[in-house]
Amino acid sequence: MSSSILIKNGHVIDPASGLDEKTDLLITNGKVASIGDNQEGNGAKVIDASGLIVSPGFVDLHVHFREPGYEYKETIKSGAMSAVAGGFSSVCCMANTSPVNDNGTVTSEIVKKGLEAKAARVYPIGAVSKNLDGKELAEIGEMKEAGAVAISDDGKCVLNPKMIRSAMEYASMFGLTVIEHCEDESAKDGVINEGEVSARFGIKGIPPTAEDSIASRNIVISAYTGLPTHLAHISTKGTVDAVRLAKAKGLKVTCEVTPHHFTITEDELESFDTNFKMNPPLRTKEDLKAIKEGLKDGTIDCIATDHAPHASWEKEVELDKAPFGIVGLETALPLSLKLVEEGVISLTQMIALLTCRPSAIFNLPGGSLKKGSPADICIFDSQKKWIVEPEKFLSKGRNSPFNGKTLKGKNIVTIVDGNIVYNPANL
Amino acid sequence: MSDQNIPPIMDSDDMERSIMRISHEIIEKNRNLSSIVLVGIHTRGVPIAKRIANNINKLKGLEVPFGELDITFYRDDFSTKGAILNAAKTDIPSDLPGKTIILVDDVLYTGRSIRAAVDHLLDYGRPARVQLAVLLDRGHRELPIRPDYVGKNIPTSKEQRIQVKLNEIDGKDCVLLTDADSD
Amino acid sequence: MPTATEELNFTGKNLIRMADLTADEIRGLINTGLRFKEVSEREIKKVPALRGKTIVNLFFEPSTRTRTSFEIAGKRLSADVINISASASSISKGETFKDTILNISAMKPNAIVIRHSSPGAALIASQITDCSIINGGDGAHAHPTQALLDLMTIAEKKKNFENLNVTIVGDILHSRVARSNINALRSLNANITLCAPPTLMPPRSDVFGAKITTDIKKAVKGADVVMMLRIQQERMGQGLFPSLREYARYFCLTPEVMKETKDDVIIMHPGPINRGVEISSEVADGNKAVILYQVTHGVAMRMAVLYLICGGTKDE
Repeated sequence: MSSSILIKNGHVIDPASGLDEKTDLLITNGKVASIGDNQEGNGAKVIDASGLIVSPGFVDLHVHFREPGYEYKETIKSGAMSAVAGGFSSVCCMANTSPVNDNGTVTSEIVKKGLEAKAARVYPIGAVSKNLDGKELAEIGEMKEAGAVAISDDGKCVLNPKMIRSAMEYASMFGLTVIEHCEDESAKDGVINEGEVSARFGIKGIPPTAEDSIASRNIVISAYTGLPTHLAHISTKGTVDAVRLAKAKGLKVTCEVTPHHFTITEDELESFDTNFKMNPPLRTKEDLKAIKEGLKDGTIDCIATDHAPHASWEKEVELDKAPFGIVGLETALPLSLKLVEEGVISLTQMIALLTCRPSAIFNLPGGSLKKGSPADICIFDSQKKWIVEPEKFLSKGRNSPFNGKTLKGKNIVTIVDGNIVYNPANL
Repeated sequence: MSDQNIPPIMDSDDMERSIMRISHEIIEKNRNLSSIVLVGIHTRGVPIAKRIANNINKLKGLEVPFGELDITFYRDDFSTKGAILNAAKTDIPSDLPGKTIILVDDVLYTGRSIRAAVDHLLDYGRPARVQLAVLLDRGHRELPIRPDYVGKNIPTSKEQRIQVKLNEIDGKDCVLLTDADSD
Repeated sequence: MPTATEELNFTGKNLIRMADLTADEIRGLINTGLRFKEVSEREIKKVPALRGKTIVNLFFEPSTRTRTSFEIAGKRLSADVINISASASSISKGETFKDTILNISAMKPNAIVIRHSSPGAALIASQITDCSIINGGDGAHAHPTQALLDLMTIAEKKKNFENLNVTIVGDILHSRVARSNINALRSLNANITLCAPPTLMPPRSDVFGAKITTDIKKAVKGADVVMMLRIQQERMGQGLFPSLREYARYFCLTPEVMKETKDDVIIMHPGPINRGVEISSEVADGNKAVILYQVTHGVAMRMAVLYLICGGTKDE
């Protein structure tokens, strides 16, 4: 088991416990043992975190690790390494693998591979329907027992309203939340946001209403059944507004937003660069503004990356033929810090959006530095500038729209379960 | 320096005399005048060819067939950089076999225009012979080409520029020799 | 004919979309195209300007007209023209677009003309290879040589583009021809009116800076130029309009509609025309239609484009 670690002189921020001060943090036996000034390690490994921020390890409710089936894009190991490089100690991986994670056997395999990776904690998300085809419920109970933390057909929307309601009702028996990828059939064959750029360049559009209609449907079902619904990667002003209204009514509606949807817009697509193609698509400036408002006023519960690696050759094709998705784990922190720099949210709010708020949605361990909590911690430099070089990512994916950009803020050390799993600077 | 300040190396009288002399030489050299066709090379070869045709008409009372040739697309030294394409019409009268074609141009320099013109001309058929008349020969040949009729030989350096102005195009007749950097 | 500012002709390495060109470059291309028209009228229609140059027509979707037009243009300039139908060859064997472009480029052609169903394909190709890329139509994105030949046709018939009233009628949503013409006509300060059912108009059509109407009579009122777009039958299956008959009822250019235009209006169509659907036979065959001139100008304009991109010593 892990030995003791003493993190000295760091700026410790833990929104869950209201902690925000320069102090020391001692880890023993994989748990947060004590927090306070001038601690003696008694032989513990000492990490000098002067000038750095000590935060609970980040929790990402939405990643795509491509194992089983598409190991050339990402394995659970490479994905979990990419996560800890970005400061994430827990990730929830979607079910659209091959075979689909729609039964306990696949779920167990993912859990096993996750443990073997010795990096971030990997939590499987089970499928809603068998083979993601929206027709028959997957074996949700069995997957729950094998370790699934939520269910979703992400990548596809559960179009049939009867099916989504059944899934919510059935999953409630196991205390699982259904995550919806909100996209109705008007998005079919769409490539980028339906808007100015799609009009000018003749690219097939994905209208914002494709997301809004399903988000609203799920909110209506949640209101009727009293069951929770979690909306994945929301991207439109319409959906932000709908969620705000639902929350005001006290409904159990939660949602997440990706760093790219609060950073860049459809304007990037003028380049026809496939690394700006993802689903939901980059939207307009108005949508981006609404998302920032939603982050500020708490309408949006958490930041999730929708990390979706693809092989380079798959992305080096025509825009409409390229697969959707970009990698996000290793750039999420600096993009989130930009919101702090812009004054949209405070640093504490940002950390909450990456830690205790997501972990609360699926009742995951971690996300806090309270005494006795699992020692899942990241130590980051909020000022360090670096240039994004995708070839240096620990992810196998190189498909980043931020390639070549200078970003500010970098994770330095990640500790999971009391073990230092990422520390390239050898602090 | 504006053109007005440079004394012309040929004025309108000089040019008229030279073109008349070429006309006489053509008559002298071609016993069968009815087989000749005058072909001007665009741009300034065309009006000169027309003047020669008029002279021959006056001197011999004979309508000499007349044509024009645009060699833009036949050049091996053209530059497309930025310039508006200056191509014009190509119009070759009658059948070429058995004819004596007299190509007419204003200035003979490297010989590349004439090479292009001969290439272009031969696309239209096989004339009995091709002769060359130029108003000015400034030397610096890059190809084995020799004119049959020359208005005036003018030794120049490569850096210099010759401007032939013709009434039909420029509103006056004169030939200017300028240094390349004077404009 | 519009006058071009001297020494400001098109000097680009690639021709991807009209939006990349300045008004001067467009005028330069039009003038060059008009000069090349004369070559096609010569007895000997071939000039050696591109002797020794190789042009590849790389067609990922079938198009007899554009391919033939580029082929004739290249051959009249004495270039070697090779036609590759990618849909029938490598693509069906699973080769990626990038690999196809790299393979063709490795054979060192001077220019590749690309026709593709994906918007942006020509732009992406130009980022992959050093070889010159000419967009022969990419999805609903752009078709610059079509726009240029259309402009050349207008230039020959009209004095000036400034304040010229140009109406474009039909499937704007799916039309690369419309997009390229709109971009170019805007650069040249023409007044543009677009007319289509709302289902065939992009949702953010305000970006085109044009007047928009669903009434064809209003659309062509006072028009100097009317461009009709081809209607694709498969759009019916997509629920965009009910039938060709109903489409024709509201959007067909008939003698009745023609009463609203100026007397010296010219009627254009990129072809192939659906008689009785977007244009009636009387109008298509009437003296105001310049549809066949467009085809003739297509060759001249493509000669101009190939000549300016592949020809000559570029660094003098």
